[in-house]
Amino acid sequence: MKKIILTLSHLKKNYQEDSGETKAIEDISLEVEEGKFISIVGPSGCGKSTLLSILANLEVASGGTYTFEKPSVRIAYMLQKDSLFPWRTILDNCLLGLELRNELTEENRNYVLHLLKTYGLADFIDKYPNSLSGGMRQRVALIRTLAIHPDILLLDEPFSALDAMTRVALAEDVYNMIKKEGKTVLMVTHDIGEAVSLSDKIVVLTKRPSTVKKIYDIHLTGKSTPIKNRKCKEFSEYYDAIWRDLDVHI
Amino acid sequence: MYTYSQEHKKYLKRKRKDKWIIISCQILILIFFLLLWEVAAHYQWINTFLSSSPSLIVKTFSSLLANNDLFTHIGVTLYETVVSFGIATILGLIISILLWWCPRIAKIADPYLTVLNSLPKVALGPLIIIWVGASTNSIIFMALLISIFVSIMNIYHDFVETDRHYIILLKSLGAKKRDIFFKAVLPANISNIINNLKINISMAFIGVIMGELLVSKKGLGYLIMYGSQVFNINLVISSVFILGILSFSFYYLICLLEKIIQKKNC
Repeated sequence: MKKIILTLSHLKKNYQEDSGETKAIEDISLEVEEGKFISIVGPSGCGKSTLLSILANLEVASGGTYTFEKPSVRIAYMLQKDSLFPWRTILDNCLLGLELRNELTEENRNYVLHLLKTYGLADFIDKYPNSLSGGMRQRVALIRTLAIHPDILLLDEPFSALDAMTRVALAEDVYNMIKKEGKTVLMVTHDIGEAVSLSDKIVVLTKRPSTVKKIYDIHLTGKSTPIKNRKCKEFSEYYDAIWRDLDVHI
Repeated sequence: MYTYSQEHKKYLKRKRKDKWIIISCQILILIFFLLLWEVAAHYQWINTFLSSSPSLIVKTFSSLLANNDLFTHIGVTLYETVVSFGIATILGLIISILLWWCPRIAKIADPYLTVLNSLPKVALGPLIIIWVGASTNSIIFMALLISIFVSIMNIYHDFVETDRHYIILLKSLGAKKRDIFFKAVLPANISNIINNLKINISMAFIGVIMGELLVSKKGLGYLIMYGSQVFNINLVISSVFILGILSFSFYYLICLLEKIIQKKNC
């Protein structure tokens, strides 16, 4: 029995500037099922990131509604830039969200320590971010987001600041982490391969002002981890179909 | 814990040698300059009445020390500097926080701050003396005026320039304005605030000496003024020397503070 934890209904967003109004999102309706990994792809500047910042309560929608099934839903937002605070240790960076919510209990602290140890950061707990590589920093950023026990994770191009190899390896790591912790994910990306290999569902948006162009339910034979998924026979079919949808012209 | 290779030892040795050469050159330049000055004065290539000489300066020092006046003058200048520096730093910080907290107030205050900052505060000297009186207080007030606007403009600017990704992150974690300030804006700007201390201390010295030149009965600025009026160049140059040492010491203290904080933080 699928359970919808987030419903977007005719969401709309305009940006107001002195020079006029920019329509970023025209009309987006979407349902997000619990425990699913959903990717949003679309041409650059189509308002994908805007959608996430509205859900994260950083921006106000111009119209339409979005409703979380739980009124006290916990949302975690992870950005392209890790934004680790250089003056805090890795552990203290991960505890930031708990600190802000006044939930710095022994239990939560142990959960964070457990995550750090499980995901290969045990030696860096008391180190500062400048001693970490880009991939490790992004893993710390993910642990910081997981620390607050979110019901839904919003990922805004989480891997795009990394080089191609780290990117694929980290996507694999992050996917495993998220699946193991059983989280629902809404990810924005411009990498079709990434979207197909990670997602259960892909939402393709039109260019600005954006609407939903197509929704793909991804069914791969022998679906396992992202790197292996890339070898499934349907992978390239989905890839080509979405590529055609995006209608890229240079 | 670590064993260093031969190459690393060589590297360290080269670095030590380099440092040593720099320090000895610095000292040699000073000695050379003082010697040249002394010799030039001795053979009367220069007029000691106008340009003094190291030995005359030492003599002036010892006579100042003998009648105990020197420390009173140094004490007065130090007191005025420290008080105006302290007030300017704390008040500057508080006002910058206020401006950051309420962007509307910042916008309203902007033209006034710009005018006050660009106005040469020396021009206010005579007014301040009339209003506050010819006392230590008016000197402190003058020094305060000179440093506080620069301080506010700098710190406020740094606060506003805080990496916006830090702030977005905090907001997404549900932070309030207070959290944003204490968790991101303040810690991100510690080194900027210390840098501002360096500017403040030199501004405070400028203000205090300017004030003492205009109106005072004690202090190094007074000694300089008095020395020039009675044409005692020895006294003038001695005072300038002491002033140089004082301001250098303060600067050094702030650099030390900077190092301690940096060490604690990384």
